[in-house]
Amino acid sequence: MESLNSLLNGFAVALTWQHVFLALMGCFLGTIIGALPGLGPSNGVAILIPLAFTLGLAPTAAMILLTSVYYGAMYGGRISSILLNIPGDEPALMTTLDGYPMAQQGRAGEALALSGVASFVGAFFATWGLVFLAPQLVKVALLFGPAEYFALFTLAFATLGGITSKNQAKAAFAAALGIVIAMVGVDGQTGVPRFTFGEVHLYDGIDFLVAIVGLFALSEVFLFLEHRGDGTGEGKQASVGIGRITPSWKLLKSCTPTMLRTSFIGFIAGVLPGAGASLGSFISYSIEKKLVDKEGTFGTGDPRGVAAPEAGNNAAAGGALVPMLALGVPGSGTTAVLLAMLLALNITPGPLLFISNPDVVWGLIAALFLGNFMLLAMNIPMVGMFVRVLLIPPRILMPIVAMISFVGIYGISGSTFDLMVMIVFGLMGWVLRKLDVPLVPVILGILLGNNMEDNLRRAMTISDGDWSILLSSPLAIGLWLVSIIGFVLPILLGGIIRRRMRRDEVGAVQD
Amino acid sequence: MTITRNKNRLLLASLALLASTALHAYEPENTECIAPADPGGGWDFTCRQVGKTMQDIKAIPGTLQVTNMSGGGGGVAFAAVVNKRSDDNDLIIAASAATATRLAQGAYPGNDMSQVRWLGSVGADYGIIAVAKDSPVQSLDDLLAQMKSDPRSVAIGGGSAVGGWDHLKVLLVATKAGIEDVRTVKYVAFDGGGEAITQVLGGSLQAYTGDASEAKGFVDSGDIRIIAVLAPERLEGDFASFPTAREQGIDVVGANWRGFYAPGGMSDEAYDYWVETIGKVYASDEWKQSMADSGLAPLDLQGAEFEAFVAESVSSITDLSRQIGLIK
Repeated sequence: MESLNSLLNGFAVALTWQHVFLALMGCFLGTIIGALPGLGPSNGVAILIPLAFTLGLAPTAAMILLTSVYYGAMYGGRISSILLNIPGDEPALMTTLDGYPMAQQGRAGEALALSGVASFVGAFFATWGLVFLAPQLVKVALLFGPAEYFALFTLAFATLGGITSKNQAKAAFAAALGIVIAMVGVDGQTGVPRFTFGEVHLYDGIDFLVAIVGLFALSEVFLFLEHRGDGTGEGKQASVGIGRITPSWKLLKSCTPTMLRTSFIGFIAGVLPGAGASLGSFISYSIEKKLVDKEGTFGTGDPRGVAAPEAGNNAAAGGALVPMLALGVPGSGTTAVLLAMLLALNITPGPLLFISNPDVVWGLIAALFLGNFMLLAMNIPMVGMFVRVLLIPPRILMPIVAMISFVGIYGISGSTFDLMVMIVFGLMGWVLRKLDVPLVPVILGILLGNNMEDNLRRAMTISDGDWSILLSSPLAIGLWLVSIIGFVLPILLGGIIRRRMRRDEVGAVQD
Repeated sequence: MTITRNKNRLLLASLALLASTALHAYEPENTECIAPADPGGGWDFTCRQVGKTMQDIKAIPGTLQVTNMSGGGGGVAFAAVVNKRSDDNDLIIAASAATATRLAQGAYPGNDMSQVRWLGSVGADYGIIAVAKDSPVQSLDDLLAQMKSDPRSVAIGGGSAVGGWDHLKVLLVATKAGIEDVRTVKYVAFDGGGEAITQVLGGSLQAYTGDASEAKGFVDSGDIRIIAVLAPERLEGDFASFPTAREQGIDVVGANWRGFYAPGGMSDEAYDYWVETIGKVYASDEWKQSMADSGLAPLDLQGAEFEAFVAESVSSITDLSRQIGLIK
């Protein structure tokens, strides 16, 4: 009850004209930033920091603006994933898997509206989780040492098989490629540069946003160029219908259990520092696929495959605020930027933040609730507008996609080198698509590969090279068991199901 | 005719005069600060906060424009300044102890500290060594004794890569304490001080090395206990109760300083102007407030003094990095 009282006080802080206006502005900007390929939540928040400085905003006001942008971007990322098969930001990656097929089937409006609702559900539950569970959840984060993190990331890779491609070998190859790319840069555990070829631009490693924009957006443009819009190939020429722009109750109802489950999973993934929204949406999708995908419709435009990652990544975004506020440890790239901002505003995040700056914390949480409702109200009616993107002929749309990609990447880093890297990734994406190698595991490799390696090597340093540390806690053993089951089960079951299907076919022929 | 000619001559003379004064007295025009990182990082805030103070106290005309040039841990910006903007009089670049560390270790390929001019510091974040509140280790002596008798039993974590500033601080302490082979010191690198502190609390690590400001939240809550502050004397405020390493007989000062450098070809007049301007910022009440807000401790070095300080820290880091085998 104490929490509820504090929350009411928070609403008193948040419901001033200035704060409501900032939240509204943040939500709107965030949605746009999220939807544009190349601008994700972390750099969306980063580019607004100077604005907060120039406006001379008070700490609470600045945080309300920036977290609204954060939540907004988490909503917005899905839009280009669904409409163009180009993830607007890294957590929206998984939404392409079922969202784009839905759009191709003429159900773009439905997919957008459904994912809007799923985003709302995820964010809504995560914000409640933040209200009631933040202090307790911090203890969960303390259970995770390097060995446990390594097991967790292994779990993510072990369940990768079968998610994105019918060909498991190609998915494994793609993930390995991603891990190789993640290795570029100065290695934190030895301080030695790897695969940098003396090129100082590569010392910080390859920015995954550059990789995503290159692999998805630019390769799409290259495909279009190859076919010159003659209607062949997998460019954007297929006439994509808009369909209804509100989801039916039946559809919402059928997706409700999915949304609830994935909100929970995503929230927990968000709470773990170093895991973040990408892992949240990824694990949400893969677990949901294991649980409910009996007919093998995931990946072909199953609405549950749209609802799962969207509820998951928005819940993870809320979850990531738990370690940031309560421990001062960022759970994701975006919260790292928010943390820097808090520190600059003379607010020390940490165990005492809820006590020493209650107005900031509870004002912020109240603003999150407010922003979440604003985003739902803003996003559902705007579906009709978004889907019109599909009516733009590709010969106009593709140059715009190329332009936004270049401006977005250059705008953040101001580096022409990054543009070259992006083009290289564009060409790589084009080749991989020709070879029918899925692109999603490449990005996952880049996103998670470093974390996985770092944690393994941290564990090894701590134990002096004794591998048994990886199995030293019940939590680690549990995670390993889940990974093994997740890896082996589809192989075994897949064989049985295939055999049964063959038998059925044979039986059908004999009949 | 003669009158016009005289007029022309007069005009020429006055023009020459103008030109020569322009050569001698530097007038800042479109001032710019490069933050060698993305928005939101430490260097970005150094540029923005110092820039804001410069405007507030009217030390520069107009505003200080901030440009973000990330990459290579500051190396991209360093190379760009050396190669492309070497004679720009209106440009300053944010730097910190990390800049000196990377210069010392040759992590900016082909560049060294003599290629730029060092302007001044605006404060420092002093290093600390801390343990969890229930740790049996009570003092720096306890920790060092354990590191000597059983080096593998002490894992120390910090927010920088191996060879980075958080690592080097521990090595400086270890060297002073008489640990000969500093490679026996077990250091685990994390992606930020906060992550390392969580692992200390979770019990995976025995000690934490980092900056005072990073650890403040956990010190206030009593979750971690500082056993040594690497400052010349005790810090003010909440940290006053913690002993320095110097008090405990280990004479090590580890300051993560914040400051600025300028292009190597900057004119002496412009250099003097910027040194003076940074001095004005440092002396202002506005900056004292900013320092208190962001947890910076005093470090007041300008011009030649600052240059000597950077040179000295680069050479000691070079020695240490050679010892741990990071450079040859």
